[in-house]
Amino acid sequence: MVHIKRLQEEGIEILAIVGEIDASSSIELDLAIAKSVGEGFTKILVDCSALEYISSAGLGVFMSYIEEFKDKKITMVLYGMKEKVINTFQILGLANLLQIQPTKQDAKKKLNELSA
Amino acid sequence: MNYQHKIGCSLENLKGIRDFIRKSLRGHVTSDVVLNEIILALDEMCSNLMIHAHHCNPDHFLELSIDVPKKGQLIFEISDDGEMFDINQFSEPTLDNLVHEKRKGGLGIRLVKSIMDDVQYITRNGKFVCRLSKQLK
Repeated sequence: MVHIKRLQEEGIEILAIVGEIDASSSIELDLAIAKSVGEGFTKILVDCSALEYISSAGLGVFMSYIEEFKDKKITMVLYGMKEKVINTFQILGLANLLQIQPTKQDAKKKLNELSA
Repeated sequence: MNYQHKIGCSLENLKGIRDFIRKSLRGHVTSDVVLNEIILALDEMCSNLMIHAHHCNPDHFLELSIDVPKKGQLIFEISDDGEMFDINQFSEPTLDNLVHEKRKGGLGIRLVKSIMDDVQYITRNGKFVCRLSKQLK
């Protein structure tokens, strides 16, 4: 259903989501983010270019980290979403609460601005 | 046109529900974004019922039917012999509360209400039926 690849680039943790996130698979996303945080990464990019679908369970995972990231000074930027996927975030107004950028380059730029 | 699908109450079956909706609505809904919204709303309704009314028991079943009485008009019915789970009775948490309380749930109902035009509950042959309607623009 969903596969989350972790890779590191210049001290940035990149989580690449491949597939669909629903109520049965959102735990995978939660575990991947928790692992990145647990390993001490403070800059996280989430590559959504191969994310085909996300339901409220997945949105809830991203939302649940907002406060913790603020406290721990961790920055996270999502990028590469398909139109149908970003629309799901927009319906609920989450695009204003999370950092979402069109491309990896934009996302890196935003990550560096926010971490400065 | 009428399409029907019977589902065991396991979250593993949500993918099958999405595939069924996508296949049934092919030719009726041309926008990929709108189709995804409809799939999302029904996925949320079914997963809510599976979790809250059936405690994810795969031996319990839901029936989803899709009716397209005329072009652009979509009626979805989810029949269920479990407890009624009426989303109209639930107050939606604000986004601020969700963030503050670090809650992962509470967004699904808001999505359903935003996407569907109407959500009604009826009883038919001893079963609860949730009827959702959507008029395509």
